[in-house]
Amino acid sequence: MLSPVLHRHCHLFLVTGRSEDSRGLGSFQDMARSISMEAAGLTLAFLILTFLTTSAASSTNQIQILNAERRIDLSSHIVKVFLTLKVENVMTAPASEIVLAFPPAQADHLALVKAQAAIGKKKKKSYVHLDVNPTELPDAPNGTKYFSISLLNPLSSGETATLEVLYILTHSLKPFPAEISQSESQLVYFRDSALILSPYHVKQQTTFLKTPSTKVESFTRVEPTKFAGRELKYGPYEDRPPYSFSPVTVHLENNSPFAVVEELLREVEISHWGNIQITEHYKLVHAGARHKGVFSRVEYQSRPSFSGTSSFKHLLASLPPRVHSVYYRDDIGNISSSHLRSDYRKSELEIEPRYPLFGGWKATFVIGYGLPLEDFLFESPDGKRYLNFSFGCPLAETVVDKLTIKVVLPEGSKDPSAAAPFPVEQRLETKYSYLDVVGRTVMVLEKKNVVPEHITPFQVYYTFKPIFMLAEPLMLASVFFLFFVACLAYLHNDLSIRK
Amino acid sequence: MAVTKTEPINGSTTKSSAPPLPSMPLKSDLLSILSLKSLRLKTKQQELLIRVSILCLVYVLAFITRLFSVLRYESMIHEFDPYFNYRTTLFLTQKGFYEFWNWFDSESWYPLGRIIGGTLYPGLMVTAAMMYWGLRFLRFAVHIREVCVLTAPFFASNTTLVAYFFGKEIWDTGAGLVAAVLIAICPGYISRSVAGSYDNEGVAIFALLLTFYLFVKAVNTGSLAWGLASAFGYFYMVSAWGGYVFIINLIPLYVLALLITGRYSMRLYVAYNCMYVLGMLLAMQIRFVGFQHVQSGEHMAAMGVFFLMQVFYFLDWVKHLLNDKKLFEAFLRITVTCAVGVGAIALGVGTASGYISPWSGRFYSLLDPTYAKDHIPIIASVSEHQPTAWSSFMFDFHILLFLFPAGLYFCFKRLSDATIFIVMYGLTSMYFAGVMVRLILVATPAVCLISAIAVSATIKNLTMLLRTKSKVSQTGSTKGTGGGKTSSKAMLDQSQPFQRNGAIALLFGAFYLLSRYAIHCTWVTSEAYSSPSIVLAARGAHGNRVIFDDYREAYYWLRQNTPPDAKVMSWWDYGYQITAMGNRTVIVDNNTWNNTHIATVGRAMSSYEDEAYEIMRSLDVDYVLVVFGGVTGYSSDDINKFLWMVRIGGGVFPVIKEPDYLVNGEYRVDKGAAPKMLNCLM
Repeated sequence: MLSPVLHRHCHLFLVTGRSEDSRGLGSFQDMARSISMEAAGLTLAFLILTFLTTSAASSTNQIQILNAERRIDLSSHIVKVFLTLKVENVMTAPASEIVLAFPPAQADHLALVKAQAAIGKKKKKSYVHLDVNPTELPDAPNGTKYFSISLLNPLSSGETATLEVLYILTHSLKPFPAEISQSESQLVYFRDSALILSPYHVKQQTTFLKTPSTKVESFTRVEPTKFAGRELKYGPYEDRPPYSFSPVTVHLENNSPFAVVEELLREVEISHWGNIQITEHYKLVHAGARHKGVFSRVEYQSRPSFSGTSSFKHLLASLPPRVHSVYYRDDIGNISSSHLRSDYRKSELEIEPRYPLFGGWKATFVIGYGLPLEDFLFESPDGKRYLNFSFGCPLAETVVDKLTIKVVLPEGSKDPSAAAPFPVEQRLETKYSYLDVVGRTVMVLEKKNVVPEHITPFQVYYTFKPIFMLAEPLMLASVFFLFFVACLAYLHNDLSIRK
Repeated sequence: MAVTKTEPINGSTTKSSAPPLPSMPLKSDLLSILSLKSLRLKTKQQELLIRVSILCLVYVLAFITRLFSVLRYESMIHEFDPYFNYRTTLFLTQKGFYEFWNWFDSESWYPLGRIIGGTLYPGLMVTAAMMYWGLRFLRFAVHIREVCVLTAPFFASNTTLVAYFFGKEIWDTGAGLVAAVLIAICPGYISRSVAGSYDNEGVAIFALLLTFYLFVKAVNTGSLAWGLASAFGYFYMVSAWGGYVFIINLIPLYVLALLITGRYSMRLYVAYNCMYVLGMLLAMQIRFVGFQHVQSGEHMAAMGVFFLMQVFYFLDWVKHLLNDKKLFEAFLRITVTCAVGVGAIALGVGTASGYISPWSGRFYSLLDPTYAKDHIPIIASVSEHQPTAWSSFMFDFHILLFLFPAGLYFCFKRLSDATIFIVMYGLTSMYFAGVMVRLILVATPAVCLISAIAVSATIKNLTMLLRTKSKVSQTGSTKGTGGGKTSSKAMLDQSQPFQRNGAIALLFGAFYLLSRYAIHCTWVTSEAYSSPSIVLAARGAHGNRVIFDDYREAYYWLRQNTPPDAKVMSWWDYGYQITAMGNRTVIVDNNTWNNTHIATVGRAMSSYEDEAYEIMRSLDVDYVLVVFGGVTGYSSDDINKFLWMVRIGGGVFPVIKEPDYLVNGEYRVDKGAAPKMLNCLM
């Protein structure tokens, strides 16, 4: 009944708690117990924990958050959090970075953190992208994870700045009940803190939760709390010390498709004859509440609005424009239920798995398509060629647990290197395809926990001599030539022994 | 080829030959210009070039006409058995030959399992795997599925080549070419060799025809090399298909016929002995055949003929030694009596002691079409084991059905060892084709060859009529017809006035018939034989194509969403498909080796639900797959097959009685159905 993540949550708190002094231990156990009580459905538990920071580092005292506004979007299974911080430097030394803190359970599910700073006055407001890097602080309580945002210009004393942060959490909505039948709709738990976890003093903060529907079973109250329409508001809270934490649990209805691609392998094969062939192997799973009991096709088809609301039948993949020879198949053959719409800006492929996906059901399939080479392959000023292709999964609103991109370079290409806007694992492989002698270099890029926001271009650079393009046609031509020469020789010479 | 001129050729009159006269110089001019420009080919080379290009075209035609299924649907494996073959091929390519040979499959026939390596004909899988490895070695990055899908068309193309050589061997090159064209598009063969129909028959027909061709060649030449080649052809056939029994019975029968008609020769002796001894030894290497080849009743004819040959040879030798005719006759009488006596006693003792196994049920049902219906419902339940209707003969052979007797006539006119063989092959296989629908396939090559003889001989005779005039004017450019020229010239005077026009009309008629045949074949291929039967297509209300892909939907669901060790119970038809596409353990499958097990499933399906539950618990069943076609009007669903479940179940368990499921002898599934029918699991 308890989800595994919740277990880990408690466990982490308990383990780290033991390393604290004995006063802390009791309170941690209390908290763990209260969380498990919540899980049992008692959502009235109310707790504020103040973490004692024994030796606050100078950097954390330097900054104070004047105003924080957090908007959590729960409308799909990908939780998007928009955080607006107004920070002030209260010390004399200039501060060059701002640190964000995440509880360990959230940090595990953190797919992406992006930050930007607002520059200029109200009329001419523009946003500048800021670098975000994971960092460590010496006295992190309970395994808190940190990300530091590097400011463009260091904040001098008394100066303020407004930062906008977007971070995305995956696998953070826990279905409860964990198993539902075909006619039930899907309810999920969302757990967070009413107060923003921060290493800084926060003067004023508010949290808004946007729910997918008006149906919310229950939510933890941390006064002032207000629920109206599809919005749940926590706050405003005034003057909270660093590391304030107040767990809240929201039990809400969410019937959006919980489409999770457990593994996605995208193979991009470059041919200098004018084509890029892309093959994508999907392992799709419905990560919502598990399906219980029987599946009645008759009911599913006759009452689509009441039956199987949390299931999904089709998915939308957005492909680049000018896509051609699209196929959609799996291990046992073509899947006939797909539609392709394309115009000059984009192509949309609507695919239906062989069966509607209910909670816990899996489907594997392959999508393949060809693209014109000139749209994606360019020559850099230093004479290298580079492929400019988009990272991420083309399926809309899906989480990819593990994404592998293999860029198969043409035979004879050298010095491959890749550039991506975020850290990815890289390695090289060799692949043999049609008529290869030495094999093709394959650049492999791997990333875990990928969300649609990761769809940004990446580049693979390599050098290639065009003469290699002729190797394979020449090989074929010579084989045919020899064959015809043999035929000619046979025709012009009488080989029979009898005269 | 002068022999063909024995036909009474009534050449055209001088009057009627007037029209082609002016065209002839023009034609020869054209020819001379052509030959000047085209590297000055000699006539022989020209003929070779035309022949080779025709063969190449036929080769390509045979391949592409079988690709309708890929175009209409997709590159996929069809029907039931091919899925098993595909699964085993996949296993072979992944695990290697030794693993394959020793494969014990626990995924089928739960809880018994099946020793795959010992109970299948590995020829097809090994062939496909070899092609796959070969292509991989040449760096063609093909998928094993594509290889499997295209195996049958590829071998069909090869069959056309064999048909050409066979036709050449028994008649002449013209007949060979016609035979190649006819067999390339003959629906009887296409039905089992479209792309995706990855079944034993696909390669077996090639092997069958190759063995026959090589054997006839061996008989014609008396060469050990051809005999050896035919033994290897036979080995390939044995490794590919159970239909090899046909070869090992037809060839002895043929030899026996030659012996009886007094056509015994040293060539025959060499060919048969070499083929039989080596072929037998090779065939015994296939585990599924093994010692059956010397022990089972089906193979006894070959052995008997083998001994008879030795006796014959011995007698010949004695006759050669003894110049006294009377003494020899006495000796002959004694030897023949002894040989027959010893043979009969050996057979009797062997059968009685169980050393020689009796004929199998399938073999019996071939000789006696009513046998299966009375004794083995499992064989009778398969639609392709039903006796053939006239319409399906017409459907599969079209004009060949009429050309066949004509070809037989030509064969009888020019009897030789080779034509006797093709006549015997044609007649016996026609009989078997009448007994079982699927054996039309075996008859197809013979029908094509014999019809090709008819077509070729007719057209040759007719064109000979038209060309007599030109031949007189030309100075013997075609060497082969030199002998016939004088005779036809002599007949010019006696010919009737309308002979020539008649010949033209007949020729047009023949071409019309042949073009109808081509149209019919294309239509049949595209409409009837190119459906994978896994995917069904229909026309929607607006003329759009609606695809029913429910089978694969179900199998894929099983594959993805059931525990890997789940056991699925279904009627045996779907067994292979569930194991191949669903990757789950099944209780029974299309390899119907254990009738009791199938009957148990039949009993479970036709019992009351609580009884069925007990049976299924005892079989450790997790899922039951039933097919219901009522919504879309799909007729081959399990309700339709249900009476066979009852019959097969009742054959082993007398608790199940067919009349319980019928209302007044009628099979009803609606409200008025029998109560037992309504309350059973199905």
